[in-house]
Amino acid sequence: MKRVVITGAGTINALGISVAETFEAMREGRCGIGALEFRDVERLSIRIGGQVKGYDPEAQFNRQQIALYDRFTQFTLLAAKEAIAQSGLIFSGELAETSGVVLGTAGGGVSTWDDNYRSVYEAGKNRVHPFVVPKLMNNAATSHVSMEHNLKGPTFTVSTACASSNHAMAQAFSMVRSGMSKVMITGGSESMLCFGGVKAWEGLRVMSRDACRPFSANRNGMVQGEGAGVFVFEEYEHARARGADILAEMIGVGMSSDAADIVMPSRRGATRAITGALRDAGISPDQVGYINAHGTGTAANDKTESAAVADAFGAHADDLMISSTKSMHGHLIGGTGAVELLACIMALRDGIIAPTIGYEEPDPECALDVVPNVAREANIDVALNNAFAFGGLNAVLALRKI
Amino acid sequence: MDIKDQVIALIAEQAMLEVSDVSETSTLESLGIDSMGLVESIFSIEEAFDISVPFNANRPEDSDFDLTSVATIIAGIETLIAQQKTEKSIG
Repeated sequence: MKRVVITGAGTINALGISVAETFEAMREGRCGIGALEFRDVERLSIRIGGQVKGYDPEAQFNRQQIALYDRFTQFTLLAAKEAIAQSGLIFSGELAETSGVVLGTAGGGVSTWDDNYRSVYEAGKNRVHPFVVPKLMNNAATSHVSMEHNLKGPTFTVSTACASSNHAMAQAFSMVRSGMSKVMITGGSESMLCFGGVKAWEGLRVMSRDACRPFSANRNGMVQGEGAGVFVFEEYEHARARGADILAEMIGVGMSSDAADIVMPSRRGATRAITGALRDAGISPDQVGYINAHGTGTAANDKTESAAVADAFGAHADDLMISSTKSMHGHLIGGTGAVELLACIMALRDGIIAPTIGYEEPDPECALDVVPNVAREANIDVALNNAFAFGGLNAVLALRKI
Repeated sequence: MDIKDQVIALIAEQAMLEVSDVSETSTLESLGIDSMGLVESIFSIEEAFDISVPFNANRPEDSDFDLTSVATIIAGIETLIAQQKTEKSIG
């Protein structure tokens, strides 16, 4: 089996339009959640989110590209450009033939659906733009990354709700580890912050109207975010031979299905994914210094996740740090694990643990070190990235300092 | 703007060219408009003139709408406007 390292990272999210800006916001414990701005927001009862503000598509893409790129594709392309530029890789010849793209998204082009339903149902129009289908399809972002960077190997989109990007990265990791590909571009994106997207979430009654406060006793729900996180996963010897700057090593994945309930999380399913990742990485629980929690800020997730961490780590659960950066960038649904992987990289590489902000009251059911409100310096060797999705589908990634 | 100038403006925008680069004898191919650009052009024409253009990208040659050149497109649009106006006034 090959070793797999990360040699490039890119992002756009409510905290910043680059990895550097996102790291800075995470270090400062800055909140990117604010008032939502889009058409008909006044008809929503949930009016906050981690929206990417001040973003001008026309400054990034030409008219023809915008006609084809939904917002989730635009975010993906910007993050991919940053990640691939950092890696220094140029894809041609055999490297291009075997390198592919595996990205996660839950909803794909949600605002394209929304805009065009609005046009035919509300405005009564009988004609839509010819590119509606290629714009909204879930694999649009993946395909455009492939086209833009000449990536001709195995390429597809993974859709497992809130675990989409973790499952995508698990898949990309397996492909590089097995020797199938030397390089894979992976991560995920989401952009459902539009009237229909938020209205659908409202229906579930799990959204907070004021803030995302993971693990805090007074938490009252999740807050949606948007954006993308994209990474370059590369075979270790390949990266070393060309003198690449290695951000971290991917050492294992654990995946499980609760096979129980379509929305309620399961302690046992989550535990199996965590222990599966440790086993796959060949490490003992006490080597883990930090977990980027799924930490949605819902009553159900946070207590179930805390219990699963206690089960998986035993006494060491009290020694490790676990934080939810969703408190800052919101829940990016299918892209969330990718943006949260950045917090793991920052912890391993810079020795800075991103905080759980908005933490106000300890909850005895979440009695872990959640790094409340203020970032912390710590020297850790191994970090985990948790994602536990609706549908009971779980994916945990393990990373090591290099 | 008459129909001819409007069509030329739409096609120029689609081809990302100046209006002066598009003449009645130009073909869509010579202007660099590919199959995706073609369906997008037809969409803009339908929107601009509030008409429905009979066109199936699988068999463009079977369409009643002649896409040979800018001139035939203009003629086709004029015919459709006349026909569809009549249909609307009858309907």
